[in-house]
Amino acid sequence: MSARAILGRLLGVIPTLLITWTFVFGAMRLVPGDPVLLMLQGTPISDSAMEAARAKLGVDRPLVVQYASFLANAAVGDFGDSFRSRQPVTKLIAAEFPKTLELALGGFLVGVVLGTTLGVMAGVRPNGWVDTLCMTTALVGLSLPSFWIGMILIQVFATQLGWVPVLGSGWDALILPSITVGLFLAGGLARLTRNSIIEVMGQDYIRTARAKGLTTVRVVAKHAMRNAMIPPLTLLGIQFALLIGGAVVTETVFARPGIGKLLVQAVLEKDFPVVQGIVVLTTGVYVLINVLIDIAYGIIDPRVQE
Amino acid sequence: MSDAPLLDVRGLGISFLIGGGSVHATQDVSFSVQPGERVGIVGESGCGKTITGLSLLGLLPRATTHVAGQAMFEGENLVGLPLSRMRHVRGRKISMIFQEPMSALDPVFTIGQQIGETILTHFKVDKKQARERAIEALASVGIPSPARVHDSYPHQLSGGMRQRAMIAIALVCEPKLLIADEPTTALDVTIQAQIIDLLMELSAKQGTALLFITHDLGVIAETCTRMITMYAGQVVEDAPVDSALVRPRHPYTSGLLRSLPRLSARGAVLPSIAGRVPTLRDMPTGCRFAERCAHRQEACAAPQVIEPAGGHLVRCWRHGELVLPGALTDREAAA
Amino acid sequence: MSAAVSDAVLPRQPSFFTRLLGAPGAVIGTVVIVVVLGLAAFAPYLAPYDWNATSQCRRLAPLSAEHWFGCDLFGRDIFSRVIYGARFSLAMGLTTVAISLVFGALLGIVIAYGGGKVDRIGARVIDAMLCFPPIILAILIVAVLGVGLVNAALAVGISGIPRFARITRAATLTLVARDFVESARAVGATHTRIVLRHLLPNLAPILIVIATLDLGSAVLFTATLSFLGLGAQPPTPEWGAMLNAGREYVRYAPWTMIFPGLALFLTVMAVNLVGDRLSLILDPRQRDRS
Ligand SMILES: Nc1ncnc2c1ncn2[C@@H]1O[C@H](COP(=O)(O)OP(=O)(O)OP(=O)(O)O)[C@@H](O)[C@H]1O
Ligand code: SF4
Ligand SMILES: [Mg+2]
Repeated sequence: MSARAILGRLLGVIPTLLITWTFVFGAMRLVPGDPVLLMLQGTPISDSAMEAARAKLGVDRPLVVQYASFLANAAVGDFGDSFRSRQPVTKLIAAEFPKTLELALGGFLVGVVLGTTLGVMAGVRPNGWVDTLCMTTALVGLSLPSFWIGMILIQVFATQLGWVPVLGSGWDALILPSITVGLFLAGGLARLTRNSIIEVMGQDYIRTARAKGLTTVRVVAKHAMRNAMIPPLTLLGIQFALLIGGAVVTETVFARPGIGKLLVQAVLEKDFPVVQGIVVLTTGVYVLINVLIDIAYGIIDPRVQE
Repeated sequence: MSDAPLLDVRGLGISFLIGGGSVHATQDVSFSVQPGERVGIVGESGCGKTITGLSLLGLLPRATTHVAGQAMFEGENLVGLPLSRMRHVRGRKISMIFQEPMSALDPVFTIGQQIGETILTHFKVDKKQARERAIEALASVGIPSPARVHDSYPHQLSGGMRQRAMIAIALVCEPKLLIADEPTTALDVTIQAQIIDLLMELSAKQGTALLFITHDLGVIAETCTRMITMYAGQVVEDAPVDSALVRPRHPYTSGLLRSLPRLSARGAVLPSIAGRVPTLRDMPTGCRFAERCAHRQEACAAPQVIEPAGGHLVRCWRHGELVLPGALTDREAAA
Repeated sequence: MSAAVSDAVLPRQPSFFTRLLGAPGAVIGTVVIVVVLGLAAFAPYLAPYDWNATSQCRRLAPLSAEHWFGCDLFGRDIFSRVIYGARFSLAMGLTTVAISLVFGALLGIVIAYGGGKVDRIGARVIDAMLCFPPIILAILIVAVLGVGLVNAALAVGISGIPRFARITRAATLTLVARDFVESARAVGATHTRIVLRHLLPNLAPILIVIATLDLGSAVLFTATLSFLGLGAQPPTPEWGAMLNAGREYVRYAPWTMIFPGLALFLTVMAVNLVGDRLSLILDPRQRDRS
């Protein structure tokens, strides 16, 4: 894929983000109550102080101006100060973001390895007992409440067996949360991979590969998997949304710091600048990831390049 | 046919398990191929040509296929050959090329990777040697800039080039037998001629025997020494091409040849004969062609075998009495 | 495929339910769903204790003959609470899917049927809305509406609208391009008539499939919001909320979380099993595949 094409894709993101962020802006205006009162959360305030606070928040300006400045600020990553901690939202997010990223990557790894393995095993010999077993496992993965399985994992592997710590910042503390996030991802991915493998295994080029005398393992691992990866990859963007969702819940279960925990906390405390900042950020990251996947797609499938 | 055949197929019967039952797609198919010989197989769509080819390499879906009979090749029975042995036959001793060059090549690997893979599977060579050999093979199939094509993806090549690449893959290990399943059907007429000439040239050079599956009787007339006619899963006639053209012994072969506009015309589609092939489920016990045969008699409904007749093998009750016309002569066509 | 093969396999179409129950998974799923519905309907008769009566037993008492699933922090009988919880899970899931379905389908049809500029802009907006990870969108909506059971259901429902709208739009576009819509237009059918008589019946199968496949995750999703404290609030015996409440005492009283979670898992699994089977029966593309 040429640099030009990549740049084009990246620029194509702008209108999309504009719509998304406009929606966030609109949603935030729908919150009942005066933002200053929300910010003060019950502390009494004089009229003059109120005026000053309104001016500082910028809510005394016309809506259009507020909108423009919201977009301008969002573009440079400025979301104002938290109502609670009075710290810049950007700073709060920046502190938590790496933690969430770590968890998302861990979950991604578990999900992709487990999901692909199950899917390939099921798809190579469809309708056999291996297929049934793998697909039932995948469905269990999709049906397990991640907060529940997270708590059970903690109870069994951390509390009872003591194999891994629950808290801490080491990599071993990341194992259980990653599994929790990964299980759900694996379920969906396994199903996609299975269908894809079944379809690919029926293609002529697989017959050619077998006719050349390759071993079954090579035929599957090289030709089938490379081709079968393409459709699930296009859906990896959607999978990433699951990853974010999984991280939000898992952070709460494992009492891990992170964006998800921050977000839930902010909603409960009506800390709107933080909510707004996190939503804008996650949509931005989400859109960007999808563009990157698009680009990766062009590398795996040579036909896309033209 | 006194020398030991390269391939000797006896009583090959392929059945598929479908919806609880099984259907016999081919029955009692027997023929042999001598080393370096070029044999053509013709027959209407669905008569079992492709699956016969595939079964020789064990490429039919194992779970839903049952293959009876035997296919001796260099002292080994290919039917039921364990995969571990079959792998050394595939691509090395027997190769197969398919009708659709586009879908037969893996779209996500370069041509070079796909040829190299075959070489690396069957020979102890390093990557560099494999590359050289692959480029050589591409050059030998008449690809103009083999080094560039080596690094191209299938979708970047024209149909003709793809089929050449496919032939390069099939012949790179200099197999004893090449099964070509309608290798030109998907190509332009002008390209078809080139590909056929190429196959002829290479098989002659390497001494590779050719099993040529085609709808195109013209091609068989020009390239093959023997022609096998299949009908509804059976071999109905097996004869030297020269003799079959002049005096076919089976009414079906005759019908095919009669309706061919000009023998020399390449790309002529298999002519149609009125009537329908019986379905696999309700095959008559006697002659399967009976429903469409102009020479049918009561007796034809009796179970029959394939018999020698004037240097041919024929599956027809009346082969002794009938004198059937062969291909039209040019004079007749003009009339 | 030759005529031979297609002739062979053309069995008479068995009834819908026979086909639905044609796989062991679907049978198990159906049984579980019926049980859950039964629990929901007859909870007052089935539950041995009042779901909200405290001090029925010792705080965090373990499983016993009197209290099969043990007791929670307030000495409430967990078994009774799990039974009452059945009233929320499926009902919440169905509500949210209904919201997503109705509004999503409406939006999708209007956009696709409108065509031209309407379609271009509409498609763009749908695409942009799909850039919200559903859980983030739901949390944003809860933030705006406020925490609570109904609001959580609304939020999950709304967050599903873009997905349904996109699928409906795509399906409608292919339908609109087909002849029968053209000919209906030609004979002067009104838009409403075309939509109701021609489009909806053709969209129904795919919408039903998507909705059933979505139901499991909708049940899970609403329970998740409750678990996060954004949905059902204590003392509501909603399974997610119960898990949230039991979170602090897992170490000492794992039963506070095991049983509500198990109930939730079984329900979602059952819905998914039936959903899979249903989509297999209703969606011809899927049917050919397996
Ligand atoms: N995997 C399979 N399962 C069931 N039936 C099959 C399978 N493969 C082939 N058949 C059937 O076997 C018969 C012979 O097929 P085959 O492809 O060999 O015909 P063909 O002579 O090559 O025809 P064509 O000229 O169209 O290529 C057909 O009726 C086909 O439907
Ligand atoms: S056996 Fe009879 S029906 Fe069959 S081909 Fe010969 S003459 Fe025709
Ligand atoms: Mg064929």
